[in-house]
Amino acid sequence: MADGTTTVSAPALRGFAPPARRSSLRRFAQRRSTVAVLMCLPLICLIAGLVVYPFFYSIWLSLLNRAMTRFIALFNYRYLLRSDTFQLVIFQSCFFAITAVFFKALIGFILAHVMHNISGKDQKLWRGVLLVPWVIPPALSTLGWWWMISGDYSAINWLLEQVGMHPVAWLASTWWARIWVVAVNVWYGTPFFMIMYLATLKSVPDQLYEAAAIDGATWLQKIRYISLPMLRNIISITVLFSLIVTFANFDIVENLTAGAPANTTHVFATYAFQLGIQSGNIPLGAAVSLFIFPILAIFSIFILRGVGRRAQEGI
Amino acid sequence: MAQVTLRKVSKSYDQHVQAVKGIDLDIADEEFVVLVGPSGCGKTTTLRMIAGLEEITGGEITIAGEVVNDIPPRDRDIAMVFQNYALYPHMTVFDNMAFGLKLRKFAKDEIRRRVDEAARILDIGELLARKPKALSGGQRQRVAMGRAIVRHPKVFLFDEPLSNLDAKLRVQMRTEIKKVHQTVRTTTVYVTHDQVEAMTLADRVVVMNRGVIEQVGPPQELYHSPATRFVAGFIGSPAMNFIPCRIQGRGNELALRLADNLSFPLPPERTQRYGAYTDREMLLGLRPEHLTELKDQARPNMVRLDSRLDVTEPMGMEILVHFRINGTAVCGRVDPSVRAIAGETLPMSADLNHMHLIDPETDRVL
Repeated sequence: MADGTTTVSAPALRGFAPPARRSSLRRFAQRRSTVAVLMCLPLICLIAGLVVYPFFYSIWLSLLNRAMTRFIALFNYRYLLRSDTFQLVIFQSCFFAITAVFFKALIGFILAHVMHNISGKDQKLWRGVLLVPWVIPPALSTLGWWWMISGDYSAINWLLEQVGMHPVAWLASTWWARIWVVAVNVWYGTPFFMIMYLATLKSVPDQLYEAAAIDGATWLQKIRYISLPMLRNIISITVLFSLIVTFANFDIVENLTAGAPANTTHVFATYAFQLGIQSGNIPLGAAVSLFIFPILAIFSIFILRGVGRRAQEGI
Repeated sequence: MAQVTLRKVSKSYDQHVQAVKGIDLDIADEEFVVLVGPSGCGKTTTLRMIAGLEEITGGEITIAGEVVNDIPPRDRDIAMVFQNYALYPHMTVFDNMAFGLKLRKFAKDEIRRRVDEAARILDIGELLARKPKALSGGQRQRVAMGRAIVRHPKVFLFDEPLSNLDAKLRVQMRTEIKKVHQTVRTTTVYVTHDQVEAMTLADRVVVMNRGVIEQVGPPQELYHSPATRFVAGFIGSPAMNFIPCRIQGRGNELALRLADNLSFPLPPERTQRYGAYTDREMLLGLRPEHLTELKDQARPNMVRLDSRLDVTEPMGMEILVHFRINGTAVCGRVDPSVRAIAGETLPMSADLNHMHLIDPETDRVL
């Protein structure tokens, strides 16, 4: 009875019950959950103002015509789905998010294991160094990458020439440009995966690996039978969150290619920005950005269902 | 057939800390050897070197005649039970036990057969489908042992397997381990800091202290003829009493002098052994059960020692009495029928037939 209900109901037992309504009101106000909700209220208002309202407003916007004067129902969506450019955007968004997240998770997983096997002081140093890409604002680091790969005088082309190869117009060819936006995103996002996996690896008792070694496991089998199962939840969660963030990525693509060449590297966010802000068709831009929502909802359901099941089993 | 031999095995960390200082040990086939000693004595390090989890700084370890210094744990054909069990939390009990066999590519029905057999020995048949989280401490302990048994390894290694269990379960599992060893008869190296566990389980006990072996021998031998002061004090509970003394006299007429007015003749059969140590500060070692109430029938070499009791501890089958001999606190054991009351004087006797004499300069028992 930590919520104080006993003290309130005690006089009622003795026979002089106070007016019922006042008592229940007081009880309601004294309940811990009530207090908790009240204390969270400012935050709830903030979220409602900054997330819920814009979300529904963008749905409303996407149902208007270009001049935002007339309700045209799902016309914007129908237009988008029939547009060749938008089909490219859907493909590129999926390609970008899935390959980038896959490589971020893979490289992060490998790096976490490498880090885990480096001892003491050296590990701290390397951990710090490897976190650098993640702490630089991506807009700035992307600019750095752009300098390194764009044009004839870029560092990478210079290196190619040093070893006797021809320079490549990286950002002018569709597939090179697509690979580079993924590569820069992987470079930027891998440290996050590494640090999450490293933290989880540290919580796996060493004796599990020792027991596996005695049971006859090679290092690959230790990863397959110990590391992967023990990291499964954190892998699911990081992959989900990274998918959300990567699907909605804007700055890397915008700074590196801005959708070029010929709209082949546009993702939802950059395309929405181009249509909505740069071309002034806000309803169409809103419709583009809303396409992310159902895709991510499906991912989330699948991944979180597995996490919930394993959390119940206590793994 | 699996003997384990250690030759001048040493282990140091960072070139400074020497955990194990060159030990020699021969473990016979099917023998149950217990390494016992206080924390930091090097016993677990020694076990981990046998397992291959710890690199060997110097010396040589052989298992079944083969030098294993550079052989990884998975190829040493050993099984180990860890202190915290180290069960794989994401696998069922069956999979935990089958894991080592699966990795070694055993046939499915052979795995099934071996796991069932181990489950029958350990009485965990109905737990096979559960995950470790759903098991009690004792059950986890059994599964950890099952994982070792199914492999039919050359050597079992136990690293303080009972220290996470409560006292009652520990006694029960101790018996289980002994039973399993009698059934499976595999060479076993067992590490513990609990001398009772060591005494009850071992064919031979290895007492370690500060990285060296103090003494190796069957439990009774360690108890009755300890080689060093450390072993004398470590084995047995309550611990042996050490009382400063002097040997006086000449020839066959030696006396043990505890204080100015407290002197006893030494047992004649010991005079030759102790003759060289006259007129020096020595230590008398006497177990509590040899400091008892004065019996009616006088036996040879039982000397009288009246004492004022400081504390009495009734244990049921006996009473532990604490008193002082010339200022040194000692513990004795008396029959529960004796009226032992703190603050009162009780006629006691010391049984010099079972005395030990220790040279404090070398800490060796003479």
